[in-house]
Amino acid sequence: MSGFGVLLRRELALSWGRGGGPLLALAFYAATATLLPLAMGPEPARLAAIAPGSAWLALALASLLSLERLFERDYEDGALDLLALGPAPLELAAFAKCLAQWITAGAPLAVLAPVVAIALGAPPSLAPMIAVTALVGGIGFSFCGGIGAALSLGSRRGGVLIAVIVLPLFAPPVIFGAGAIDAYAAGLDWKTGLMLLSAYSLETLALGPFAMAAACRNALS
Amino acid sequence: MIVALEIENLAVARGDRLLFKGFGLALGAGEAVALTGRNGAGKTSLLRAIAGMIRPSAGRVAFRSAHGELPAEDARTRDLHLIGHQDGLKPGRTAWDELKFQVAWTGGTIASAEAACERLDLMRLRALEVRKLSAGQRRRLALARLVASPRRLWLLDEPLAPLDAERRNIFGALMREHLAADGLILAAVHDPLPIPARSAELTS
Amino acid sequence: MIAALANPRAFMRFSRWAAPTLGAIAAVLAAAGLWLDFTARPDYQQGYTVHIMFIHVPAAWMSLFVYGCLGVASFLGLVFRHALADAAARAAAPLGAGFTLLALATGSLWGRPMWGTWWVWDARLTSVLVLFLFYLGYMALDAAIDDEARASRACAILALVGLINLPIVHYSVVWWNTLHQGSSVFRADGPAMPLSYLAPLLTLTLAYMAAFGALWLVRIRSEVWRRRAAVLALRAAG
Repeated sequence: MSGFGVLLRRELALSWGRGGGPLLALAFYAATATLLPLAMGPEPARLAAIAPGSAWLALALASLLSLERLFERDYEDGALDLLALGPAPLELAAFAKCLAQWITAGAPLAVLAPVVAIALGAPPSLAPMIAVTALVGGIGFSFCGGIGAALSLGSRRGGVLIAVIVLPLFAPPVIFGAGAIDAYAAGLDWKTGLMLLSAYSLETLALGPFAMAAACRNALS
Repeated sequence: MIVALEIENLAVARGDRLLFKGFGLALGAGEAVALTGRNGAGKTSLLRAIAGMIRPSAGRVAFRSAHGELPAEDARTRDLHLIGHQDGLKPGRTAWDELKFQVAWTGGTIASAEAACERLDLMRLRALEVRKLSAGQRRRLALARLVASPRRLWLLDEPLAPLDAERRNIFGALMREHLAADGLILAAVHDPLPIPARSAELTS
Repeated sequence: MIAALANPRAFMRFSRWAAPTLGAIAAVLAAAGLWLDFTARPDYQQGYTVHIMFIHVPAAWMSLFVYGCLGVASFLGLVFRHALADAAARAAAPLGAGFTLLALATGSLWGRPMWGTWWVWDARLTSVLVLFLFYLGYMALDAAIDDEARASRACAILALVGLINLPIVHYSVVWWNTLHQGSSVFRADGPAMPLSYLAPLLTLTLAYMAAFGALWLVRIRSEVWRRRAAVLALRAAG
C-alpha cells in the first residue's frame, strides 16, 4: 500500500501543478455558465427554473476538460511503462489518478457549483444540496472519464473522442444528481436520487479501474 | 530474485507484421548480453516482450530464481528495470522530485537515490526542472534508478546513446559492479558496450 | 456452434451458404410481414399510424439484440484473443447503429401524428437515443485507433463497459421519466396488443434478425478477406 501512497502523492502534485491546477476547469465552468443567460435571456423566472439542471450540465462538461491529460502524458513520455512495472498493479495506479483528478478538479468544481446555480437564479437554500450532489457526482465523472481517457490512448482526436465515448455514460449521474436537487427544491423525496447517485459513483469507482488498466495494457502492447 | 532469464523460440508480431521468430537466449547471473540488429528488427519489441508489455505470438519467457521458476508477474514488477528510449520524466518537476518518485516506486530509498546522484554526477542538477536538462543529463537521471533501486535484471534500450565518452565509462563501471553483484544485463545497442558482453543478433 | 465456427476456414465455408440463405429468408419474411402489417385492422386509438409501430418496435428490439451480440463477440475476442470474434464485434456495430437509427426515425414518424411533435422525450425513445450514442462512441473509437489489434481490444473493453452500464442508463432514464411525468401519459407501447398484431410484429422481427444475420456474415467475410489481402500485400513488399 505504500506504493499507492507514493503514487497518490505524485498524482496530486502533478494534477495540481498542471497548467494552473483547477483554475482552468473552474474558468471553463464559469464561462459555460455565463453563456446560458446569454442564450436564454436574463428573465429571472425562466433562468431560475433551469438553474440547477444547467449548473449540473456545465459541471459535466467541465469535468471532461483535464481528462485528456490523465493518461496521455504518461503514455507519451514513458512514465506509463514505469507504472506498469511497479509494486502496485495498474488498477491501483488508475484508481490513484482518478482519485487525484477528483480531489484537484472535481472538488473545486463542486464548491463552485452552488455559486453558479445561485448566479443563475436558484434559491440559496439549495446550495448545500447542489454542493453535495456535485461532489458525489464528481467521482462518477472522474472515474467514467478515466475510462474514456484510457481507451483513447494512442488514438488521434483524443479530447473529442473521450467526450463522445464518455458523455453517454454521464447520463445516469446527470439524471440522478439533477433529479435529487429538483426533488429537494420541491420538498419531495430527495434521498432516493442522492442514493442512486452515490451508488453510481461507487460502481464507477469500483469497476472503472479494471477497465482503465485493461485499456492501458492494451495501449502499451 | 532473478537468477536466470530464459527465452525460448520467441516470435513477436506488431500488427500484421512478424518482426522475428525462433529467438532464443539464456542469460545467467553476472552475465551481460548485447542485443544487436538493424533498425526495425524488433529489439525494442523484444525487450518489451520480456517486460511483459507485448504478448509474444509464440515461444516463452521464463524467469528463474534460486528456488525454481519465478511467476512472471512477480519477476517483472519486483526485479526488473526497463530503460527505454523515453525517460518517463515530467518536464515541470525538479530532477530530485522525479528521481525520488522513481526510486521509491521501484524499491529504493532516499539514501540510495542520493548515492546514485553522486555516482552519476547529478548532484548539481538536482534542483533544476527536468525541462532545463540536456538530453545527456536526462538520460543520466533516468539511469540513476538502476543504481538506486536494487533490481537484478536490467533491460536497456540503447542506454548510452546521448552520453559522452567519459560518462559512458562511468556507466560502464556501474554495469560492471552490477554484474559482480549477480545482476543480469540485456542491452539493445548499436555501438559496443563498455563492458565485456556476449552478442546476440536479432534477425527477421 | 460458436466453437466450431471459430476456425476462419470453417467460418468462411459456413457463411458462404448461410449468408445468402439468411438473406433470402429475410426477404421472404419481410414481404410476409409487411403484407400482414398492411392488412391488419387499424387500431381505434392509434389509427393508421399503427403500421409504423410494426417497423419501429422490432427495430428497437434489434438495436438491443445487436448490442448484445456485439457484447458477446467482444467478450470472446477479449478473453480468447480471437481475431474472428474481434472482427465480428466491429462488423456488428454499424448494423446496430443502423437499426437504432431506424428505430429513432420511425419512432419520430410514429410520434408526430400521435402526440403532435416530431420528438418526445419519453423513456423508451430516450433510452434508444442513448444506445445510439453508445454505438457512435464505439464506432468513433474504432475509427480513431490505427493499429487493428489495439483498436479491437479497446473497442471490446468499451463494449463491455457499455453492456454493464446499459441497464443502469435505461433504469435512470425510466426513473427520470417518472420524475417528470406530466399530465399526459406517453405510453409508447400503446394499449395491450391484440393477437392480430402479434403476427406481423413477430414476422418482421424474424425478418430483421435474418437480415442482420445475413449482413453480419457478409461484413465479417469481407473483413477476413481484407486482412488476408493486407497480409499478402505486406509479404509481397518484403
